[in-house]
Amino acid sequence: MGSQRAVAAARGAEVDTPRSTDSPSPALQQATLRLSQRCRPLPVPHSRPFEGGSIRRLANLQSPEKVSKGDGMRGLAVFISDIRNCKSKEAEIKRINKELANIRSKFKGDKALDGYSKKKYVCKLLFIFLLGHDIDFGHMEAVNLLSSNKYTEKQIGYLFISVLVNSNSELIRLINNAIKNDLASRNPTFMCLALHCIANVGSREMGEAFAADIPRILVAGDSMDSVKQSAALCLLRLYKASPDLVPMGEWTARVVHLLNDQHMGVVTAAVSLITCLCKKNPDDFKTCISLAVSRLSRIVSSASTDLQDYTYYFVPAPWLSVKLLRLLQCYPPPEDAAVKGRLVECLETVLNKAQEPPKSKKVQHSNAKNAILFETISLIIHYDSEPNLLVRACNQLGQFLQHRETNLRYLALESMCTLASSEFSHEAVKTHIDTVINALKTERDVSVRQRAADLLYAMCDRSNAKQIVSEMLRYLETADYAIREEIVLKVAILAEKYAVDYSWYVDTILNLIRIAGDYVSEEVWYRVLQIVTNRDDVQGYAAKTVFEALQAPACHENMVKVGGYILGEFGNLIAGDPRSSPPVQFSLLHSKFHLCSVATRALLLSTYIKFINLFPETKATIQGVLRAGSQLRNADVELQQRAVEYLTLSSVASTDVLATVLEEMPPFPERESSILAKLKRKKGPGAASALDDSRRDTSNSDINGGVEPTPSTVSTPSPSADLLGLRAAPPPAAPPVPVGGNLLVDVFSDGPTAQPSLGPTPEEAFLSPGPEDIGPPIPEADELLNKFVCKNSGVLFENQLLQIGVKSEFRQNLGRMYLFYGNKTSVQFQSFSPTVVHPGDLQNQLAVQTKRVAAQVDGGAQVQQVLNIECLRDFLTPPLLSVRFRYGGTAQSLTLKLPVTINKFFQPTEMAAQDFFQRWKQLSLPLQEAQKIFKANHPMDAEVTKAKLLGFGSALLDNVDPNPENFVGAGIIQTKALQVGCLLRLEPNVQAQMYRLTLRTSKEPVSRHLCELLAQQF
Amino acid sequence: MIKFFLMVNKQGQTRLSKYYEHVEINKRTVLETEVIKSCLSRSSEQCSFIEYKDFKLIYRQYAALFIVVGVNDTENEMAVYEFIHNFVEVLDEYFSRVIMFNLDKVHIILDEMLLNGCIVETNRARILAPLLILDKMSES
Repeated sequence: MGSQRAVAAARGAEVDTPRSTDSPSPALQQATLRLSQRCRPLPVPHSRPFEGGSIRRLANLQSPEKVSKGDGMRGLAVFISDIRNCKSKEAEIKRINKELANIRSKFKGDKALDGYSKKKYVCKLLFIFLLGHDIDFGHMEAVNLLSSNKYTEKQIGYLFISVLVNSNSELIRLINNAIKNDLASRNPTFMCLALHCIANVGSREMGEAFAADIPRILVAGDSMDSVKQSAALCLLRLYKASPDLVPMGEWTARVVHLLNDQHMGVVTAAVSLITCLCKKNPDDFKTCISLAVSRLSRIVSSASTDLQDYTYYFVPAPWLSVKLLRLLQCYPPPEDAAVKGRLVECLETVLNKAQEPPKSKKVQHSNAKNAILFETISLIIHYDSEPNLLVRACNQLGQFLQHRETNLRYLALESMCTLASSEFSHEAVKTHIDTVINALKTERDVSVRQRAADLLYAMCDRSNAKQIVSEMLRYLETADYAIREEIVLKVAILAEKYAVDYSWYVDTILNLIRIAGDYVSEEVWYRVLQIVTNRDDVQGYAAKTVFEALQAPACHENMVKVGGYILGEFGNLIAGDPRSSPPVQFSLLHSKFHLCSVATRALLLSTYIKFINLFPETKATIQGVLRAGSQLRNADVELQQRAVEYLTLSSVASTDVLATVLEEMPPFPERESSILAKLKRKKGPGAASALDDSRRDTSNSDINGGVEPTPSTVSTPSPSADLLGLRAAPPPAAPPVPVGGNLLVDVFSDGPTAQPSLGPTPEEAFLSPGPEDIGPPIPEADELLNKFVCKNSGVLFENQLLQIGVKSEFRQNLGRMYLFYGNKTSVQFQSFSPTVVHPGDLQNQLAVQTKRVAAQVDGGAQVQQVLNIECLRDFLTPPLLSVRFRYGGTAQSLTLKLPVTINKFFQPTEMAAQDFFQRWKQLSLPLQEAQKIFKANHPMDAEVTKAKLLGFGSALLDNVDPNPENFVGAGIIQTKALQVGCLLRLEPNVQAQMYRLTLRTSKEPVSRHLCELLAQQF
Repeated sequence: MIKFFLMVNKQGQTRLSKYYEHVEINKRTVLETEVIKSCLSRSSEQCSFIEYKDFKLIYRQYAALFIVVGVNDTENEMAVYEFIHNFVEVLDEYFSRVIMFNLDKVHIILDEMLLNGCIVETNRARILAPLLILDKMSES
């Protein structure tokens, strides 16, 4: 039930049935022949279970006699034939436009259409859509079909909705109504259609309407098995789309008990659902462990005949077994000894069965058996606690390493790779080293060789490092280009990690450059320089080796770089040997100079000036080189500058000065190998952002000594948050999320200022991110923030790539904010990570709890992020929202101010005039008052002003100020630590187009801050 | 989970495609072309699993027809590999003679077996039950 399940281009053709054996049957050959002969694919709308003959016949157009009977929709058949007979794209478009005009007129006509006609036309529209043409009408007619009592009509209706519906809220209401009726119909086929529709559209509105019903249907005793299956995966879909809408609390136990369902199909569906749910709430679903174990045990220990219907080539329920074993991998080993015993027994049984003679010679039998076996081994590795099982698993995989089936060798290598990291089985894995090296040499499949290389990397330790590194180096000579860089990185890491003597390390890296210079990234050769610089025992050897390597007539430029650097630093260590005397060294390097790139030549110029210091006898020669026109007047500024500067330096500086300036490089500070970091990057983006983590660590401290310690707001919500029920369920006003809609603005159509005319921000607003820190907020950040002082929803930011919408609500000192990130492009955003950062002291003043969002945002898609906010004490600066992602290969980052200002935590307070004045007088200390007189920036409309003041959060008090033109307000700012009473008075002067704003609060900075915030609103 | 299910012939023409995660129409064409290209370039000595971008392709060839399934790393390769065969056998059982088969029925069968990217039914009789009901309806 994927989102576009029905769109799935059913570019159909009629073919013969394939036969079932692995060897192609005559029938299948015929079938595929026909498939291949058809030059033009015919699109066929995808259809669904229990439909009538209509769509089915779409595919059958070559035999028109078939479509003439029953409700075969002759008109549709004719239309499709026409399309298929069109000789050109233009003719096709013409025919389609004619048909669209026809359908439009029918829909608009005075005569009411009967169900059959409606179905026919909707079907045509669907067909046209699947041909790749946009459809902008017919939705209403399709919705009408939903309420038909005929399967075929209802089915076409649902199909159309699933394929074409967008977040048109008007229609969604009607669709939801139809779904509601079908769900209540107790007709299992109707219910399945409705469930599939929810699962296909999966929108938030639908989630809101049905999230509560689906669990009920799922666990109801009287639901048909097929309905339960559909409901389970429907719920999975809703949960993935909007987890907040699917409160599982009361259903958890009953959903878990579906594992006990008599029907294996229901169990199969339920395991998928439970696996997803338990990843989010492992504790709630803990009971599934024992149920899964006992289910698994019943399957594994059963004779192949016990589960007749679910036995596949004498293997009982292979797919269900695999799923159960996967589910168990969400948890650590069972704590209950009995459960654990039973599970271990299961795992042993599977391992034993692998050694038994097969019950069938068919490859299907062994494949199914091995699927379970591999999953069992995964679970054993996941537990990593049973040495006995781990070693048995390793032996089993060892057998597969030599199996004649490539698939098994591949999977065994892959599986063994994880096994190698377990302390219990590392040694056992190592015993297979020769087989693995052999695989690396002889496998014909690059993906298998790659797995072998991975495994060698994983099993490497001090004892076998030299062997493995040399084998990998040898492999590198013939390795596929696609994986060379990775192999180079791996070799470099292993060589460094397990180097006992560093001459071996230097040799290895130079070999790397020799064999695969193009794939040796900067990180690798920088690293060798760092290590040589830091270890004086290897410097002489390194100088000698690079000198020898450079003698090769053709050597890679990376070799010149490494050689140039090392000789410049340590060339003196080999200068005693007449074969590598200073002039020889220099002329060797300089013979490479002219063939090198600018960057390398620049490096060599630095080597030369270092030579002048190391070997005064080379000074004249080198000065001659620097003085040459090709250097001093080089078109490249960098080269020119270096030549000029070095020449002058060598001429004017005394020997002492020269020796100081050109001293040997100091040791590099030790840190994580940059190569390792690079390999990690290659293997996918790291999980947690460093910023996020550091915030977690410190969010706990509270500078306000008078207050009880603040509980960590990140891991555990404060009790008051629960009182509001913010965590359990969203407030009814939760905003709708359009699926795939890129018109984000729709979301905010309820607000009067919903569509701010924010021009697209120029591309330059994106700052290229530093490695760890976030950039400063974009220049418009303050202006954007000001827009949200008096309102809670709207578009926070927009440029050509990204739109960020916000919707928030606040109660007392708590708030919940929804951020909507819309990808406006058609390209997926990678590594998408929005994080909230608290500059300065803010982390002690405001706790913001965020949920991580998916790292990928598809083109045109929108993701939602929920922030739970707690105001701990008064604060002046808003948190920052840092958004980073990769778009088309370039990193984008952007920092905004999160629209959370102190006034959001206002609690309006009504009071009589007398009270107001009394309090006003109480707050008469000079610092408690803040006042501002300013010019109106907007037309001075009393109603707008009132709305803004209410939006600001204070209560408006009538009949308090003697001057009816003036506005008076009062409220309390709620923070966890303290409450701040606020009184305000705004006096407009229409003649002068000026305002005077006065704030009095019990806390001095708050008065000033509120005054500034509010003054910008008028 | 299973990301997509494709039937492609040797000429690179897609015969059936089903996506369980949103992929834009124009990207599908590119993806399908690349997928079939990588399958075609492989020999029978190579394994049936291909790493492709951030997911894995699992494929089987039946004469000139390839069935390719894209999965993420939470799937068991061998189980999916054999699932393809189970699917083909169900087709075989339903289309017992050499008949012209309708891709929509293949869709129905696939929907019965795979929902939301998860394997949901593997029992042949139950997979075919709705189709048989359907056939009965259209006969009467």
